[in-house]
Amino acid sequence: MGRAPARPIRTVMKRILLLLILLAASALPAHAQDAFVSALSGLGGNFNAQAEATARLGSLGDARALPALRALSEGRLLRTADGTLLIREGSGLVDAATGAPVAAPDPEPQRISINNRVRAALRGALGQLQILSTDPAERLAAAEAVFRTRSADNIPLLETALGRETVPRIKDQLALALAASRLVSPDRAAKLAGIAALGEGSSAEARSLLLEARAANADLTEQIDGAIASIDRRLAVRRVAETAFQGLSLGSVLLLAALGLAVTFGVMGVINMAHGEFVMLGAYTTVIVQDLLRDVPALQPWSLPLAVPAAFLVTAAAGALMERGLIRHLYGRPLETLLMTFGVGMMIQQAVRLIFGAQNREVISPPWMQGTLLLPFDIPVTANRLWILCFSLVVFGLIVAAIRFTRFGLEMRAVTQRRPIAAAMGIRTGRVDALTFAFGSGIAGIAGVALSQIDNVSPNLGTGYIIDSFLVVVFGGVGSLAGTLIAAFGLGVINKMLEPWAGAVLAKVFVLVAVMIFIQRRPRGLFPQKGRAAEA
Amino acid sequence: MTKTGTITRRAALAGLTTALAAPAFRPSFAQAAPIKIGVLHSLSGTMAISETALRDTVLMMVEYQNSKGGLLGRRLEAVVVDPASNWPLFAEKARELLQVHKVDVTYGCWTSVSRKSVLPVFEELNGMLFYPVQYEGEEESRNIFYTGAAPNQQAIPAVEYLMGPDGGEAKRIVLLGTDYVYPRTTNRILRGFLNSKGITDADIMEEYTPFGHSDWQGIVSRVKTFANQGKKTAIVSTINGDANVPFYRELGNQGIKAEDIPCVAFSVGEEELAGIDTRPLVGHLAAWNYFMSVQSPANTEFKNLWQAYIKNPRRVTNDPMEATYTGFNMWAQAVTKAGTTAVDAVRTAVIGEKFAAPAGYTEEMLPNHHLSKPVMIGEIQADGQFNIVWKTPEVVPAENWSRFIPENANRRRG
Amino acid sequence: MSATTLEPGVSRARLGLRAAMIAAVAILAAFPILNQLPQDSVFHVSDFLVSVSGKWICYAILALSLDLAWGYAGILSLGHGAFFALGGYCMGMHLMRLIGPRGVYGHPVLPDFMVFLGYQELPWYWLGFNHFAFAMLMVLLVPGFLALVLGWLCFRSRITGVYLSIITQAMTYALMLAFFRNDMGFGGNNGFTDFKELLGMPLNTGTARAALFYASLVTLVAAYLLCRWMTGTKYGRVLTAIRDAENRVRFLGYDTTSHKLFAFVVSAMLAGLAGALYVPQVGIINPGEFSPGNSIEAVIWVAVGGRGTLVGAALGAFSVNGLKTWLTSAAPDLWLFVLGALFVAVTLFLPKGLIGLMQGRGK
Repeated sequence: MGRAPARPIRTVMKRILLLLILLAASALPAHAQDAFVSALSGLGGNFNAQAEATARLGSLGDARALPALRALSEGRLLRTADGTLLIREGSGLVDAATGAPVAAPDPEPQRISINNRVRAALRGALGQLQILSTDPAERLAAAEAVFRTRSADNIPLLETALGRETVPRIKDQLALALAASRLVSPDRAAKLAGIAALGEGSSAEARSLLLEARAANADLTEQIDGAIASIDRRLAVRRVAETAFQGLSLGSVLLLAALGLAVTFGVMGVINMAHGEFVMLGAYTTVIVQDLLRDVPALQPWSLPLAVPAAFLVTAAAGALMERGLIRHLYGRPLETLLMTFGVGMMIQQAVRLIFGAQNREVISPPWMQGTLLLPFDIPVTANRLWILCFSLVVFGLIVAAIRFTRFGLEMRAVTQRRPIAAAMGIRTGRVDALTFAFGSGIAGIAGVALSQIDNVSPNLGTGYIIDSFLVVVFGGVGSLAGTLIAAFGLGVINKMLEPWAGAVLAKVFVLVAVMIFIQRRPRGLFPQKGRAAEA
Repeated sequence: MTKTGTITRRAALAGLTTALAAPAFRPSFAQAAPIKIGVLHSLSGTMAISETALRDTVLMMVEYQNSKGGLLGRRLEAVVVDPASNWPLFAEKARELLQVHKVDVTYGCWTSVSRKSVLPVFEELNGMLFYPVQYEGEEESRNIFYTGAAPNQQAIPAVEYLMGPDGGEAKRIVLLGTDYVYPRTTNRILRGFLNSKGITDADIMEEYTPFGHSDWQGIVSRVKTFANQGKKTAIVSTINGDANVPFYRELGNQGIKAEDIPCVAFSVGEEELAGIDTRPLVGHLAAWNYFMSVQSPANTEFKNLWQAYIKNPRRVTNDPMEATYTGFNMWAQAVTKAGTTAVDAVRTAVIGEKFAAPAGYTEEMLPNHHLSKPVMIGEIQADGQFNIVWKTPEVVPAENWSRFIPENANRRRG
Repeated sequence: MSATTLEPGVSRARLGLRAAMIAAVAILAAFPILNQLPQDSVFHVSDFLVSVSGKWICYAILALSLDLAWGYAGILSLGHGAFFALGGYCMGMHLMRLIGPRGVYGHPVLPDFMVFLGYQELPWYWLGFNHFAFAMLMVLLVPGFLALVLGWLCFRSRITGVYLSIITQAMTYALMLAFFRNDMGFGGNNGFTDFKELLGMPLNTGTARAALFYASLVTLVAAYLLCRWMTGTKYGRVLTAIRDAENRVRFLGYDTTSHKLFAFVVSAMLAGLAGALYVPQVGIINPGEFSPGNSIEAVIWVAVGGRGTLVGAALGAFSVNGLKTWLTSAAPDLWLFVLGALFVAVTLFLPKGLIGLMQGRGK
């Protein structure tokens, strides 16, 4: 362009002159180029101008707009004092119009900020420009974006894209976008085709579009209602599945929180009121591991998996310390243990508060734990909760295996069932006690790693789980790991089933009361231990 | 009363002597009894997460004021107590501060219930409390100064923004809140306001959760269902403190984008965002009277002071901290003006006091003990800060008695 | 267990203890009078100390009631705070009704929170609370009835020990969640505040504080005498026997369920009474009182003082709360360490609590 550093008014005049010359020559490519440049300059204006310019750049279909639009949405688009737009690429700067590298101007260019309105326009424009991209992920995002912007102008573009597309998932999304765009076209036949296509899906957004169209098209009410009814049938099924998943997810959280207790309380009979604080220590270990790995980019995505053994070791060590130092003096006096561990919990909590501060600590979720996944039958589940559900089952399996198949598990069972005889057989019961308690505490720490992905990492983290954990263990039957599993999932699912009509608080109150009444009926829980151990 | 009087006279005399004896030196505070500043913020329990930063802000101001020579030639001394997020303990500690430590002014409280708990104590013993948090209004006490926002300085402008072109022209509103008095009252006011703007009750969803609620799956998916009814929907969140992190995680994970269903929050500031990865939340909104990203000389001074005091160049500031800072400065100005720390004199002096607040506007203490403040709306950025997308051109005077609550109809407005 | 002929040392210790108790009550009783002395007098007791010790007395009644259940009947309730809070709520409802048209909205009947939440009329369960006698009856009946139902269900199905503790904890937790709901009509999280008067006397005066202080002190002494009398009778001995070996007592033909139930209900009523005295003194009642942590703390007072001694429970309540009041001001960042360490130390080294320490020295 060869634009000299000049006053804005001169630039504008120059540009107008250029425009006139080009118009006179009626050179078409040059004309397009100019439309691009003038639209581009709007990106530096106020929110209104930005939104309009973005929409124009999108409909121009000029791929050169892509870097500038992307930069704007990522906060990398800068404006110099004279209004030139620059893009920050790594450490350097390039001109937004030409893509040519430029030196850093003085004064420093300002970052251009956007609002939601511009962001929505950007999504639409990027969708239009990327729908024919070679990258499947970009195409999928583009198809979703175009579905949301829904404009009749996009119909030809979408038809081309749909013709070329090979990936089934993208194809579905494109078809949806096409149907949505047809719905808003002025042509009645196109509208009907759109309604029919949307009615075949099971998307809640499609239902919303149909409802919106219903208000505008009084003549199509019948067809639209039919399509909505067919979506509703599929949605009803999906909603049941969703509720079930939510219940299982809540159950998995309860299970993780309760598993450690199922060992320390269920197997050993120690009432550890500091259990919640062990969970909290596990979550803080996750934060520490993540901070330590901040300087090691290669290991960073693995910080969460690495935090699992770290948290286990930290809390197991804390547990062993507590058992050897304090709890072993109080065996046979469960209620005193309760009071003492309550005091220990207070101290742990305050220590963490003084060391790490009372504020929440940030735990970054790895990419594979973000967003929503689609299970078969289009059931949407959030990735983090799905992973936690799987994780809780794995942990459960490992605990069962450890107790059933290892030497340590055998000794542990021997000591808890008949201590004198186990001692007579040469088992060092004190060591087994310490190890068992450390094992249970370590599991609490592992739970903390998982909970750091859905809850606050703050000194109060554990307090919220302690009562629920005890209830789960008691409800399932003290000493029965399978009972804990079933109690956790059962309570989770019941809670989520009650929630829509009772509200979150009452649902929880109902569940608590139900458990209390159940325990009256069956004081030993769902799966009572048989034999003499139960008479303690 | 007489006792305070003599102390003040003696202190003033001492101050005078010092000033005469060593005019060129840094003021020394010899002999003058210190001015006592009560700090009544929870340092343990559930509210510690929010309130410890306010304790630090007051301590910072005390240190700063002392470095400037104290007030009236007297040194300032902070008396810190821990009411431990326990509301009756708040009342006990308030009484202790006033009767045992004889503090001249108190900065404290976060939750409405803690304020309600100490209010009778401050009224009985004629103390002075600066309360720095946005609240539901419907209160006025001669002993309390409210330096946070009243509902008309936060909630209503935010909803107006959502209904305007830049906010996405929302036609359906979800009111989500923690089940306590601030969300309940705010939502009642908002419902009145929305009805007056033609949004019927069928287009309003209202739901409450307990404190520290951590499982938001069901509610967020119900919000999605509610939003998919063919009208642009927005969420107005009065969710409190702890529950926000799991709420925003769920919002992000269920793919609710600000472009589709924007969520504007009244209790989420820079401190709360410090615990969340905000990248999936870019564009969701918060309404406050101050953001850390405000560009003003006063804010630069405030931020520098804070980060130097806390010895952490990355620590954030937030709205209640700014309200504490502003309240402290107004009190200090009023004490200087009145020439005494006596509560009655300072109470009269502080009305009409003006201060160039970090928010970038000159705020004024109104006769109703509330401030005039600007209203700002910010969008969450990827770095955990807010980008201010809208603000009032002028400060807005606080209306502590809302016009949208019918029972206030015959109340005289100032 | 109870030797008929006491060793001389022990009896001297007992006598000493009794003298100390009477002295302590006498000193406490003198607080409001000493409060009238000029401020520079050595014996002056500050307003703050009077009001805070009035609160401790209420805690001592709660501890006493818990000791009756735990120390003598072996029922470790981790939900005694719920009975305390229910009593407090009943008193709070009475105080709210007495505000009348003096609320900020000037409504003749409805409390402020109902006005701004849009209530049109008083919910039925608020009726009658404008009468002091009815409210006091409810202070006893509501916690008593809850204890009766819960106790009957639990003791009948022979739920004991840890299981009972966890159930009572779940009960107070469920009540806390329920009372947090604004829809319940109990003011939600804010609960009740800004009380004006009780029995015609304005609450924010020294006279009212002194009156409430004496009412609490008299109740404490009466509650102590009642518990002592109860535990000294044959009934009390059976109760202690149940605590130590429930099955054996049952096999001997005693109806252990009703024995335990009676003690539990009386204990809950005492706790309710403590709550009712507590609320006008602290000026607020809200669902935080139901929090399980509060109930555990009450158990800790008993353990610190000495379980199964009655005096110990009261002593524990005074010493732990006194320490807490002092430390939350003197060491706001560290008080949890001190208190936590105290709990650990008491359970490890003083199984009989402070009272055990005193008696041990007498031996």
